[in-house]
Amino acid sequence: MEIGPEGKQIYPAEEIDRHEGQIIEEVKAASIESIPDPDAWLEEPQRNILLTSVDAIINWARRSSLWPAACFPACCAAEIMAIEGPRFDLSRFGMEILRASPRQADLMITAGTLTWKMAPAVRRIYNQMPEPKWVIAMGACGISGGIFRSSYNVVPGYNKIVPVDVYVPGCPPRPEALIYGIQLLQKKIAKAHAVPDLPKFKMPKIPRL
Amino acid sequence: MTVALSSREIVSQLGGKFPGAVAEAGKDSVLVKGDALTQVARYLKETDGLKFEYLNYITAVDYYSYFEVVYQLTSLDHNRSVILKTRCYGRANPSLPSLTGLWQGADFQEREIYDLMGIKFEGHPNLKRIFLWEGFEGYPLRKDWNR
Repeated sequence: MEIGPEGKQIYPAEEIDRHEGQIIEEVKAASIESIPDPDAWLEEPQRNILLTSVDAIINWARRSSLWPAACFPACCAAEIMAIEGPRFDLSRFGMEILRASPRQADLMITAGTLTWKMAPAVRRIYNQMPEPKWVIAMGACGISGGIFRSSYNVVPGYNKIVPVDVYVPGCPPRPEALIYGIQLLQKKIAKAHAVPDLPKFKMPKIPRL
Repeated sequence: MTVALSSREIVSQLGGKFPGAVAEAGKDSVLVKGDALTQVARYLKETDGLKFEYLNYITAVDYYSYFEVVYQLTSLDHNRSVILKTRCYGRANPSLPSLTGLWQGADFQEREIYDLMGIKFEGHPNLKRIFLWEGFEGYPLRKDWNR
């Protein structure tokens, strides 16, 4: 920002705006189909469905200390504030950490209506979270755009932008409902295969003597 | 309590100072012609006795034949408020003088009206879209905008 002759700011050129508009149009064009929910790993029959004890320990560690990332565009954020308070205590689940950095988070609770203008920023927050990561779509606006679905600026559901694991309905969902959704996510995490399969080891061809 | 000033007092004062500027006077509101807007607003802001130094809001309404832009001004010294209205006829290129020289708070509000209704404000330092993105076609809050 330059400062002009009278001490007033000179606004920067319009290329930044045009670039931002282009990004938004690209995100909008790419979001006609919803991103499918990551359920496949729950239902694969070919894999060994018995979890090893290593899996059990890692899953227990992951689900008992989910750290939410701050992604609170609108009113459902007030319910998150209620949850973080003493009455509906979220720190009994180990989740009271709500630092602003997505790099230290594994759960994105999307609390609020998403607009097309904010959509690239939310996608960027999701991209910055390290694996393993989960998303809870909170509220009617998170599931399908809610009451604002027909608006010119509203994304019809977060699953157009990020893959969602648990949907929590409500407008806003009561804190108990959101805690139930978090517990469902914890049950989902308990079934995950935390240890990746080793690649199949091929025996080298040993010539028979 | 900030009292809404009855428009009769203002209209007589304005009618004396700016002949022909005031088109109509409702119960609380004063309707001014577009080209006299800056002078009337400056007069309302700066004269002793009136001193309307606080701009509450600017908003716009789409009646089909014209756009009406509504300003609410409050005098903090005398504890009263008044509503100032102007009309823009014609839907193709409506434009009004900008009041950012008088009130800095008009900056973002006029950008919002430009973004959603398409009314241009001449003399605005940074007239570009504020809620929607550059490249959005149309002005959504017009009555004839249909996605």
